[in-house]
Amino acid sequence: MYSYLVLRVVAKLLMPFILLFALYVQFHGDFGPGGGFQAGVIFAAGFILYALIFGLQKAGRVLPRGILRFGIALGVLIFAGVGVYNLLVGGKYLDYSAMAQNPVHGQHLGILLVELGVGVTVASVMIMVFFTFARHRNTKGSD
Amino acid sequence: MTEHLAALQVVIPLLCAPICMLVRYRDWSWSVALFGSWSCLAISWLLLQQVMTSGVISYHMGNWVPPIGIEYRIDEINAFVLLIVSAIGAIVTPYARESVRAEFGVNRVYMFYTSYMLCLCGLLGVTITGDAFNLFVFLEISSLSSYVLIAMGKDRRALKAAYQYLILGTIGATFIVIGIGLLYAETGTLNMADLANKLSKNPINKTIGTAFGFLFVGISLKLALFPLHLWLPNAYTFAPSVVSAFLAATATKVAVYVLLRFLFTIFDIKISFGVLPLESVLLALSIVAMFVASVVAIFQPNIKRMLAYSSVAQIGYVILGISFININGLAAGIIHLFNHALIKGGMFLAVGCLFYKIASVNIDKLAGIGRRMPLTMAAFVVGGLGLIGVPLTAGFISKWYLIIGALDRGLWWAAVLILLSSLLAVIYIWRVVEVAYLKPSPDGNNHIEDAPPSMLIPTWVLIGSSIYFGINTDLTVGVAKQAARQLLGGG
Repeated sequence: MYSYLVLRVVAKLLMPFILLFALYVQFHGDFGPGGGFQAGVIFAAGFILYALIFGLQKAGRVLPRGILRFGIALGVLIFAGVGVYNLLVGGKYLDYSAMAQNPVHGQHLGILLVELGVGVTVASVMIMVFFTFARHRNTKGSD
Repeated sequence: MTEHLAALQVVIPLLCAPICMLVRYRDWSWSVALFGSWSCLAISWLLLQQVMTSGVISYHMGNWVPPIGIEYRIDEINAFVLLIVSAIGAIVTPYARESVRAEFGVNRVYMFYTSYMLCLCGLLGVTITGDAFNLFVFLEISSLSSYVLIAMGKDRRALKAAYQYLILGTIGATFIVIGIGLLYAETGTLNMADLANKLSKNPINKTIGTAFGFLFVGISLKLALFPLHLWLPNAYTFAPSVVSAFLAATATKVAVYVLLRFLFTIFDIKISFGVLPLESVLLALSIVAMFVASVVAIFQPNIKRMLAYSSVAQIGYVILGISFININGLAAGIIHLFNHALIKGGMFLAVGCLFYKIASVNIDKLAGIGRRMPLTMAAFVVGGLGLIGVPLTAGFISKWYLIIGALDRGLWWAAVLILLSSLLAVIYIWRVVEVAYLKPSPDGNNHIEDAPPSMLIPTWVLIGSSIYFGINTDLTVGVAKQAARQLLGGG
């Protein structure tokens, strides 16, 4: 699809907005509808659009498999790690109130970090699933 | 830190999974898994001690008070199941090192340990949680990771087996979540203790009945109750050796625990066994499972498939014990959960040793192998004696209590059937013994010797403990009776 000028230009124009909107959904999740899962999916959708228009190779150069694999693991580590940190500072598991002097600040910080973990893992897994299926098709020679 | 043991039980394997993925060098991810599984065993042992001395442990996740927040609630029965699952995990991991290296491509080894840790996390989570929806989430974690683990088998048919399990497992999980959803609609709570409380006050209506039906069928699918066992033989046959041993010893046991939890704790016995003739249904299905699956096992050319069918039959014994609804029967079911986990886990590990050396698990390839690999085959035979229920093995203890339970209930014919079905086990074990010891070994097999110690020792630890718990029954019978009393008495 690389030869379609309109698609290329529109995709390039849309990309920053998609990613920005993903970040908005991510960080606005504490106050309104949104959160890590939705943000991760939107973020991944941006990259999938890029891969559809510019091809797998280019997309693969932007986000190599190693980074994705790292992201998948990192998100879970952030999530579980926040919980363990709460244990270490004297609260129950995932009791964010213990994270800061003021319990309300603690709750804010905790949910922000946990949702970040969710977002990172969801985005990485989504992109990884897409890449895996797309590459599989490529190797069969049907593309 | 002791107050947080309940959370750490699940969190440690959850943390180990991504770490296994990050340290991709094979032995490092193995060491992480080893650390994870052994610390789980230590924690579950401490939790069991704590429960036995000071009663139920309740842990509030995120300091949210139940029934709003998620509660981890540990009493005798789930402390015991936690111990079973984590002990099997801790014994299987050292074994996995050689076996996984041989059966997987080097660059896929870390994937195995990641999925394995997630599976352990899911199984422990299902067992420890006191929240019905949280139970579903952990059930999905363990199921999804076990689909992956099964699909890693060397044989291409492993993919088909994993897919079959995926479809049936998903149907089961969907039924469970529908049941939980209906209960939530009816009572407005997901906490198990709160659900039990509200259900006992509500009159039984169609919604509760439907929820019960969905839950019962969904859980029966997961625990492979005959005739919903169709996913099990292929899954166990084509999975990698370590995975067969781990899943056979843990996954169905945890599902049985879930059934106990729903039948006895959440729904009152009056609902579970009063509205439907569930007693007779369970009794009939378990007896059919004992016989049909044992007979099918006799005709299997593949040892792993034979053991898989034998597992279906053994689940029949467990469910039979539950269907008696008395202390001895229920205790027999719980004891057999433990004993069967040891025996079947050990036997699958022994078969894994065979596969490691001769790359086949077909019975006709085993001619004379008893003389070439004496320690491996001896483990298999001792495990087989346990399956049959020979005195001084753990299997005998389970059957002893099962028969007492049957007689307490006045079902003397059930006791006779238990003995008869044990004779079927003699036949399928003997088939292997005959080929392995009495047939001459083909000439090409001279170089074959026993599996390496790192694989033999875990195998013998499981088999040896099945003998130990056949002689010293303080732990198993003591805990199981207390758990049974609590399930029956606690409503």
